[in-house]
Amino acid sequence: MTQLTITNIKRPGSERLESITVENGVIQGWNLGELGEVVDGQGGTVAPALIELHAHLREPGQTEKEDLASGLAAAAAGGYGTVVSMPNTLPVVDDPATVRALIERAEGLGLARLKPAAALTKGQQGEQLAELTYLKEAGAVMFTDDGRTNENARVLRLGLEYARSLGMVVSVHAEDASLRADGVMNEGPVSEELGLPGNPAAAEAARVARDLEIVAQTGGRLHVQHLSTARALDLVREAKARGLPVTCEVCPHHLTLTDEALRSFDAIYKVAPPLRTRADADHLLKGLLDGTVDCLATDHAPHTRAEKERDLLSAPSGIAYIEIAFPLMWTRFGERLGLEKLLDLMTGAPARVMGWPEPTLEEGAPADLVVLDLGTEREVNPAEFRSKAKFTPWAGETLRGWPTLTVVHGKVAFRREG
Amino acid sequence: MTAFTLSTSARPRHLLDFQGWSRERLTALLDNADTMSQVLDRPVRKVPALQGLTVCTAFFENSTRTRVSFELAARRMSADVVSFAAGASSLSKGESLRDTVEVLTAYKVDAYVVRHHAAGAAHLVARYSGKPVINAGDGRRSHPTQALLDAYTVRQEFGTLEGLTVAIVGDVRHSRVARSNAELLPKLGAKVVLCGPATLLPEGLAALPGVTLTTDPREAVRGAHAVMALRLQQERMDAGYLASLQEYADTYQVNESLMREAESGAIALHPGPMNRDLEISSDVADGPRSRIVRQVENGQAVRMSVLYHLLVGRE
Repeated sequence: MTQLTITNIKRPGSERLESITVENGVIQGWNLGELGEVVDGQGGTVAPALIELHAHLREPGQTEKEDLASGLAAAAAGGYGTVVSMPNTLPVVDDPATVRALIERAEGLGLARLKPAAALTKGQQGEQLAELTYLKEAGAVMFTDDGRTNENARVLRLGLEYARSLGMVVSVHAEDASLRADGVMNEGPVSEELGLPGNPAAAEAARVARDLEIVAQTGGRLHVQHLSTARALDLVREAKARGLPVTCEVCPHHLTLTDEALRSFDAIYKVAPPLRTRADADHLLKGLLDGTVDCLATDHAPHTRAEKERDLLSAPSGIAYIEIAFPLMWTRFGERLGLEKLLDLMTGAPARVMGWPEPTLEEGAPADLVVLDLGTEREVNPAEFRSKAKFTPWAGETLRGWPTLTVVHGKVAFRREG
Repeated sequence: MTAFTLSTSARPRHLLDFQGWSRERLTALLDNADTMSQVLDRPVRKVPALQGLTVCTAFFENSTRTRVSFELAARRMSADVVSFAAGASSLSKGESLRDTVEVLTAYKVDAYVVRHHAAGAAHLVARYSGKPVINAGDGRRSHPTQALLDAYTVRQEFGTLEGLTVAIVGDVRHSRVARSNAELLPKLGAKVVLCGPATLLPEGLAALPGVTLTTDPREAVRGAHAVMALRLQQERMDAGYLASLQEYADTYQVNESLMREAESGAIALHPGPMNRDLEISSDVADGPRSRIVRQVENGQAVRMSVLYHLLVGRE
């Protein structure tokens, strides 16, 4: 039996200091006294641990960028209790044995909980469906060819139909590869001035429009990943109004950065889909506020420093900041979103997208918790990152809302000292 | 070297593009190219201005003409020159651009001339090396010394750039020469008209001050004092930007018929190398209006002036 009591914590919206006790991975109750191991919450605000639906942990095959230990430690430091890992690894996660191996390895680490996504198609080649039934049985929670763009519409249709029969979500990187072409940043006045090949907003909107028609045809559950453009978001809004089973996520980097950042020619800002315009970012925020956007996800995509120190054409896409996602959002948008809404976007909403039980702080609920210090300002220092990717666009910025304690399955997975 | 007129205060540290370069500074740079031209006309074409300094020509993309022009310019100023070619380098073994530059800097290189296939690479070299960097062409982004020698050539012809119009015709989308000219010439008082088929003419460039776009070559050239043809790469057709090279040539070739629409004293330019009788007709390229050979000659003097500007009088 493991028992843990966190003292001196506040529930969201309350100023009253309380304690919570957890036992054997579930919440035992509130204010039961100091039972078992006692951890001082230092006046922080407690919430269900955050849920990340979109992270690249790079294992197997690219562990120089990240591995389960570093990625899940980074997630725990960011306040996440659960991480859905993307299957575009080497080899691709498209067979049950790999899914099981990942889950077993992660369980031994005592960090954030791993829920692997598996490939929708064999080798993520977009040609033949993977063995979706076996993958689900092995523990895969979602099917996606993320990292690739499902060019073959018929295969996506078949995948949605098959996944529907299994009660599973298919998530998509919605980008028309032929329109994207060799684009490395948003196509527009900035790309044209900088002479960098552009990726037009239409590449995303055209693909979202196509996929939504397939959803209408099949009734399969589609989750659109990392929406970056105003137009694509409007298409999702229209589809939701039609009652289609579609959800979508946006990433904090698409809310906080724009294509102007590429003027630095720093590949740290190279992401897929690319950073768009201020108007797009503002529209995405509006989508968060009006509920069109279902949840936030980081698309944590670590690379080595050497890879990111290449020129913009040859550097890989992706930034990694799972450790500061909540502080970034709280500092930039806390006032507009409010704590309750922001927490929901990062906990309850991802759970609903996946069809998981709503995370709560009630007795009997799973003991996956985060304690957040909403007031203290702290500078972002990538050298302290648990992730192997020790660089970020926000290095040196002062943020508030840092996680100080993350509890997963009733055990301390992360604790910030000092 | 007392004839040179540059002050040493508050000079831009690099020539990556024309950001941070004032009209006065650019004019002084062109004025000094006159003096450099005179050096090139002497029996002994060498001055000691850069003695003791080492200039590295770091070419991550092949180029013979530009490299030779820069290396001669540096040597005529008595600099030591070291060449770095990416093909034979560790870059092909996965070394990062930063590592490569840091190694070269450890060899006590004083300045870099950088050619790279990726826009912004020269900016990265400047950041990682901490040394003055001259951009010798980065992707589609910028080729500032080419624009300077184009401006110099036009100014040589008309005595000024103020009030002139320069038409640039061809594959604007993929042209660093067009972008650099569109950035530089308006700073010096000239208007720029960019022209090409719609697939090769990015609309966003119309946002640049002093720049207009048109897909109609006759409209572009009407009233122009200089007409520059851009090189058309054959692979543009394979990539679907063009229906056929013949259609392109029939519509956009800078030929005598098109030049007749320009001002009576208009000159013809080309940054080279040329696809004769594709983007420019031989009768224009070799005719009396052509200043294409003059451009090449002027390139050396302009590059000497740039090196002098960035290196002399610095710590």
